[in-house]
Amino acid sequence: MVSADPRRFDRLLRYRLKPLLFLAALLPAASLLAGALGVHGFALGANPISAILHGCGKWTLNFLLLTLSIRPLATLTGRNEWLRLRRMLGLFAFTYALLHFLVYLILDQSLDLHAVIADIAKRPYITIGFTALLMLVPLAATSTGAMMRRLGRRWQKLHRLVYVIAVLGVWHFYWQVKADVREPLIYAAVLALLFALRWRRSRSRPAPAVPQSMSRGEPIRQSR
Amino acid sequence: MRRPDPTVIRPSEITPKETYFNRRQLLQAIGLGAASIAVGELPSPAFAGAKLSAERNIRYSTAESPNSYADVTTYNNFYEFGTGKDDPAANAGSLKTEPWSVTVSGEADVTGRFTLESIVKPHALEERIYRLRCVEAWSMVIPWVGIPLGDVLKRFKPNSRAKYVAFKTLFNPTQMPGQRYSVLDWPYVEGLRIDEAMHPLSLLVVGVYGEVLPNQNGAPLRLVVPWKYGFKGIKSIVEIRFTEREPPTSWNLAYPQAYGFYANVNPAVDHPNWSQARERRIGASLFSERVPTQLFNGYGKEVAGLYQGMDLRRYY
Repeated sequence: MVSADPRRFDRLLRYRLKPLLFLAALLPAASLLAGALGVHGFALGANPISAILHGCGKWTLNFLLLTLSIRPLATLTGRNEWLRLRRMLGLFAFTYALLHFLVYLILDQSLDLHAVIADIAKRPYITIGFTALLMLVPLAATSTGAMMRRLGRRWQKLHRLVYVIAVLGVWHFYWQVKADVREPLIYAAVLALLFALRWRRSRSRPAPAVPQSMSRGEPIRQSR
Repeated sequence: MRRPDPTVIRPSEITPKETYFNRRQLLQAIGLGAASIAVGELPSPAFAGAKLSAERNIRYSTAESPNSYADVTTYNNFYEFGTGKDDPAANAGSLKTEPWSVTVSGEADVTGRFTLESIVKPHALEERIYRLRCVEAWSMVIPWVGIPLGDVLKRFKPNSRAKYVAFKTLFNPTQMPGQRYSVLDWPYVEGLRIDEAMHPLSLLVVGVYGEVLPNQNGAPLRLVVPWKYGFKGIKSIVEIRFTEREPPTSWNLAYPQAYGFYANVNPAVDHPNWSQARERRIGASLFSERVPTQLFNGYGKEVAGLYQGMDLRRYY
């Protein structure tokens, strides 16, 4: 399936896989929206607000973990072209996190800012969840090619925040469940594996040179 | 945002009750209606969905619209069948409720093992429409069918040392697959102070919406204590024990900072993770606001006296 020709692979990735992934990433939101609108077959159950809230939260974590999987995937397959998908996945993580917060703010709390501020201040799991959301904002804001060039090496430093965000996000999930921590522990295990892969890479290899930018699109950056 | 008067029921909040009333008409048509309900009868075998004849107890029923049958039977916390809200409805089919017996022990003159029928049959079934407030800050209105717990307990002649009543759920990981994981310390146990248990609002429930309880709602026999958080309403009861000391309770054992023995609904005492001041009424529209939670879930007039002089912040 994967062509040996790096340029063909790059084109496949950019013009086939990336648009498909983009559409696929919209599906969870579309399915929740269909449920909210009462489309047959997309029912959200007796507590639709909770279903939408938790759905957006879980997809935030899914996209965060997918984003963090791209570097190991590139390393394991020896193809840096995979990095072309990373920004989009990261921006979807941000989008779902923002939706998660907006559902909480508008549907769950009916814009009762007093209650929301009290929650953020008083409930540790909400404090860390909100902190993670705030930390995603500068990453999303500096995700353009222009910002990458402008920030240079500082861009990489800044974007290492994604590891902190992922830890806070999984912790937020773990702390939120009442008793059954199995699912948050699965997320924690996947995150731990991704950390291990990163740690191994940073130990075993010196920082590779930044590859020359491709003819089109954003330059591919190394994550170190 | 404009705040609508919370006492006004919006059209969107009104549950489609056609099904419910059709069902009641059906009951009457087959001769189990208002005319012939002097004595409640538990059909045998007591399969889920079988009709029950029960007179509505107006005094102890709220005038609020009940939630739909679908809401009541598909959105459940019954960790014995999984921790997702839809797990009990999906998995509770494996529970065998026939035959069923309950062991009564402890500080009482009449103890032993009793069949479900022998426990329920001497009493007239009542329908009571109660508010149910879950500790997770959502609520429903549910038309239960049951018998006053106190009336049943009196038949076992508790002695003067019986200060508390302890309840236990069936432990059977084959029938209750959720028990294969130690999410809680199985079997589920709950308890009430004897005066709480004897209070006329405490109900031993065998049915909902005029029918035998579906398994996911705690068949064949469950407790409903409407002024307490839902988790006090232990399901699929196999053991009742009269004790001198406060019995252990499952959620208190799991997380004592969040769940006390009393677990009275109290908007002023928060769960560590969320406020208990307001609740989401299940079945309301997507944009409806949470409604204010009432102390003792609105049953304060009846039960506040039980807790006179007690610090409800300490005994949460």
